[in-house]
Amino acid sequence: MEIQTSALGGHRRALAEGFRDGIPIGLGYLAVAFSLGIAAKKAGLNAFQGFLISLLNNASAGEYAAFTVIAADASYWEMALITLITNARYLLMSCSLSQKFSPDTPMLHRLLVGFDVTDELFGIAISRPGYLDPFYSYGAFLPALPGWAVGTALGIAAGSILPARIVSALSVALFGMFLAIIIPPARKNRAVCLCVLASFAASGLSAVLPWLRTLSGGTRTILLTVVIASAAALLFPISDREDAEYDA
Amino acid sequence: MTHNIYLYILVCAGVSFAIRELPLTLIRKPIRNRFLRSFLYYVPYVTLSVMTFPSILQATESPAAGLCALVFGMAAAWFGANLFQVAVGCCGIVLILECFL
Repeated sequence: MEIQTSALGGHRRALAEGFRDGIPIGLGYLAVAFSLGIAAKKAGLNAFQGFLISLLNNASAGEYAAFTVIAADASYWEMALITLITNARYLLMSCSLSQKFSPDTPMLHRLLVGFDVTDELFGIAISRPGYLDPFYSYGAFLPALPGWAVGTALGIAAGSILPARIVSALSVALFGMFLAIIIPPARKNRAVCLCVLASFAASGLSAVLPWLRTLSGGTRTILLTVVIASAAALLFPISDREDAEYDA
Repeated sequence: MTHNIYLYILVCAGVSFAIRELPLTLIRKPIRNRFLRSFLYYVPYVTLSVMTFPSILQATESPAAGLCALVFGMAAAWFGANLFQVAVGCCGIVLILECFL
């Protein structure tokens, strides 16, 4: 009885700490999702649809790619494939998060924590000492989930009210977020740096080269990702040291 | 538009859910294949780079402002600015430059 009470107290404390750590993340999501909403509006989504896709996906790059698929009126297969590619990093994060759970963590808690694995929420969960208390993650989800979903809906709704100059400025926040994810590892790791530069060059070229230019943005992203990441994997296979970055 | 937006949302939400949940529920072993591990390691950097350029030039009213935001964002992230500082800084650059361009 006593043990149960203290476990409950522990969960409550974990929930509160998660909530505290989740507030800056939620506020940041609100701002970046607003920028994502501007892209969603261009693809033809209304505010409710934007809210729904963000609530269910919780993925900046994945959703942005999804909007290019919707805008191009491409097939459902292409939607599935590009979501798989753009969200592949969450597979790695979930793999290392699965080592962070106490082995007796019930399936339901695993499913709930897994629902909102993002770069930031994974980052704070993995840096907790010891096994992860799922309630810590639930606490962080409380501001993060609505921040992301409401931000997207607001971006769609306000995109038509705000002056074009403001919309133009806000639309680069999303790309700023992408840069903040890729550049720091590129500084530390030469192979990642080469990957980033090769990707910029190949992507720029494919937007102007004859046959490639006619492909949709989504198809080009899939094609270039598979080709460049395969080449990098063959040329610079990772050592266990680089793997450790995901476990850190 | 011949496709249903809600079906699109269902497909991408389903794939996102599966990617996150499979390693936590069914497959709990680490991936051993070295090529696959390396491939998955590089994928996010390539995808995010490909989606950033040249799209950032088309996102802004003036492509030159988009280019400046790209250069600024890369430099700021290189020198240790955090995610939200980079994002807000990029917006600020475009806002200021488009007053003149």
